[in-house]
Amino acid sequence: MNRTLMRKSTNSFMTLIFWTCGLFLAAVLVFVIAYLFKQGWSVLSIEFLTEPPSEGMTAGGILTPLVGTVELVFVSMLIALPVGVATGLYFAEYSNDGILTRLLRVSIRLLAGVPSVIFGLFGLSLFVVLMNFGSCLLSAGLTLGCLSLPLIVTASEQAFLAVPQDYRDASFALGATKWQTIVKVVFPSAASTIITGAILSIGRVAGETAPIMFTGAAYFAPDLAKSVFSQVMALPYHIYVLATASTDIEAVRPIQYGAILVLIAIVLGTSAVGVVIRARLASKSGR
Amino acid sequence: MAENGFETQIRTIGLNLSYGTTHVLKDITFDIGRKTVTAFIGPSGCGKSSYLRCLNRMNDFIPSASVSGIIEIDGENILSPATDVIALRRRVGMVFQKPNPFPMSIYENVAYGPRLNGVKSRSELDDIVESSLRGAALWDEVKSKLGRPGTGLSGGQQQRLCIARAIATQPDVLLMDEPTSALDPMSTARVEELIRDLKVDYTVVIVTHNMQQAARISDYTAFFLLGDLVEYDRTARMFTSPSDKRTEDYISGRFG
Amino acid sequence: MKKKKSRSVDAGFGGAGDRAALRIVSSVSAVGILLMLFILGFLVVNGLPVLKEASVGGILLGLDWYPTEEPPALGMLPLIAGTLSATLLSSVISLPVAFGLAVFTAEIAPKYMRNALKVMLELLGFLPSIVLGFLGMMVIAPWMQEALGVASGLNLLNASMLLGFLVVPVVASLSEEALCAVPQELRDASYALGATRWETVIKVVVPHAMRGMLSASLLGVMRALGETMVVLMAAGGAAIIPRSLTDPIRPLTSTIAAEMGETAVGSVHYHALFFAGLVLLVITLLINLISMYVEKRGQRT
Repeated sequence: MNRTLMRKSTNSFMTLIFWTCGLFLAAVLVFVIAYLFKQGWSVLSIEFLTEPPSEGMTAGGILTPLVGTVELVFVSMLIALPVGVATGLYFAEYSNDGILTRLLRVSIRLLAGVPSVIFGLFGLSLFVVLMNFGSCLLSAGLTLGCLSLPLIVTASEQAFLAVPQDYRDASFALGATKWQTIVKVVFPSAASTIITGAILSIGRVAGETAPIMFTGAAYFAPDLAKSVFSQVMALPYHIYVLATASTDIEAVRPIQYGAILVLIAIVLGTSAVGVVIRARLASKSGR
Repeated sequence: MAENGFETQIRTIGLNLSYGTTHVLKDITFDIGRKTVTAFIGPSGCGKSSYLRCLNRMNDFIPSASVSGIIEIDGENILSPATDVIALRRRVGMVFQKPNPFPMSIYENVAYGPRLNGVKSRSELDDIVESSLRGAALWDEVKSKLGRPGTGLSGGQQQRLCIARAIATQPDVLLMDEPTSALDPMSTARVEELIRDLKVDYTVVIVTHNMQQAARISDYTAFFLLGDLVEYDRTARMFTSPSDKRTEDYISGRFG
Repeated sequence: MKKKKSRSVDAGFGGAGDRAALRIVSSVSAVGILLMLFILGFLVVNGLPVLKEASVGGILLGLDWYPTEEPPALGMLPLIAGTLSATLLSSVISLPVAFGLAVFTAEIAPKYMRNALKVMLELLGFLPSIVLGFLGMMVIAPWMQEALGVASGLNLLNASMLLGFLVVPVVASLSEEALCAVPQELRDASYALGATRWETVIKVVVPHAMRGMLSASLLGVMRALGETMVVLMAAGGAAIIPRSLTDPIRPLTSTIAAEMGETAVGSVHYHALFFAGLVLLVITLLINLISMYVEKRGQRT
């Protein structure tokens, strides 16, 4: 009888511990978001988003870094999407147990684990130095593109694999070639899932700082980028600069938090959109 | 096994099919007649569907499949490596057990095959779509909603859509792999009616596990058992006085 | 019905069009392999020249990191120690929490909470590390200074706590998936024998999911290992081997990030930083390979 009692109390105790874990997570999230809001709320306004930083970045808004982040994401997707979707297509439709497939799988898996600062070193040595693009939007964007490649590949492969085999069978039975089947049936079916994966990757890429620090992010740029070869300001880097190199701590504080809130809004916003679309798609097909 | 007044369209000689080490079809030899409905019956796993898939080379997609023998359709051996498989599949259409319309509009589903064949003009496609849907007895039900997704139709309608899609390429032969097994009795009846009409224009080969269905709609029946073609005869004759004891046992339900 | 993806026995199936398509798709995909090789290659090419100035042993075991002095001191041991200590401490802090969350979400939380929790975990995983670094620097450091009376709040403990926030979502979601994959029949069998839920979880469910959870942990460790911004802003930046939890550290990642901006291309310092990157990459790749191996072994059972 005693033993049973002990077992039951252990159970209750552990249940309590686990509940604490769960609630702890929720509490922390709530506190962090609330704190950020409290600090940065005063600064948020339309002007904040549309005015560039001024007066040594102790005043003004975040237009330049905001636009810069959008441009960086755009350039990165330009390289990551074609290569990533093609690779995902290869895995889903063409792969066998051959050497190319195995090497490719290992490579993509390894790439997914490479630290972001290493991508920065790579981008520096390849794009900035070797290809002589210099420190600019193009170099930084390409570096981010390389970084997001594994994400796009995984999302694309899952999207293609999710297309039911029935559709392919029907297409082949009507005399379509493999490529025709991919273009006319598989790809259109997988497109929305791929877009969702791209949206989630965009969220990740927008918040990256290390890879762009020495490949193209500018401490301060007076104007928006004039070409892909100009340096850009970027929101995450701007936050870093504000935190570590600002001259007037008091004036800068609300701007810092405001910038953080905007970055979180962008990152969590796009990610949340992606997550919601993904859930909708899953319930719609729900085979 | 063939009779007078019967024009051979599909001639099978010594066909053997294996998936890996499993010998699925053993030395099959028989003829299928032009513009007839031929039913394949037999217990599950006896090779009926596998034979069907030989006729349009869909077995090519199974890496472990190995085929030997000859299948001539209109005099041409389709198992030869020189065969243009893509062209073959436009002449030999297939309808699957589970209706599988594309996630596109009804119009696009039917137009898919003709588009592959190079038909581009809108008016020509319109004609093909209409005649195919009429041929599948579906036109009246969907003519006002051709833009709606094919997946939004009922099960029976989806299957008729798949039939329309298959006949849109104007094949010579139509293969049907248990086309009504996933449908309710009403839809089944409609599709069976349709098959009786289809044989005017197409040679129909239908795999069915339902003997009554075979008896109702087919002209000739082939009984497969464990990879062997046990008996092949006019349907009427096979069901009233089968020659082989195994056939008799199967038909009378002694095993199945 | 076959569920595997469509494969063509003959790659030339469908003729020239299909062959060309296969060639194009494979060539574009091969970029992935090239990228991984190039990354390794560029780090090697740019990092090895540092060996002209110092030996491998001298670099990896040297205690003084003053790369801008003349002659430069290139001892990376404090940097490596910084990386390892931060990774270790953050793992110790976060892995139990992550497992607890995973068990809670998979086994204990009521259905309505489960989805909310999973969404929260996923969103937490998207939090940019710069935000955490910022909070470490602006909020936690001053608090630590006051509460613990240390000289500076920018130290190993601070950084490790924040790294924990990055590690928890990764490990918790993957572990939760591993736990959910355990067949319900096993749980039923345990309950039918009169076990409590805690006993079922700890004796039946977790052991079955152990491989998945181990693999998840390795991925979390990799995440902490490779993190830059958090340690850059919150770890203090002193290149010393930490002797207490409140000592500042300077891991490999923040060293590279902090110093590369001011380094001339082609200088000894430049090569030294690339070498540091190479060391970091090799450690990361090793852990990644180990985790792939663990997963492969799990698939055979």
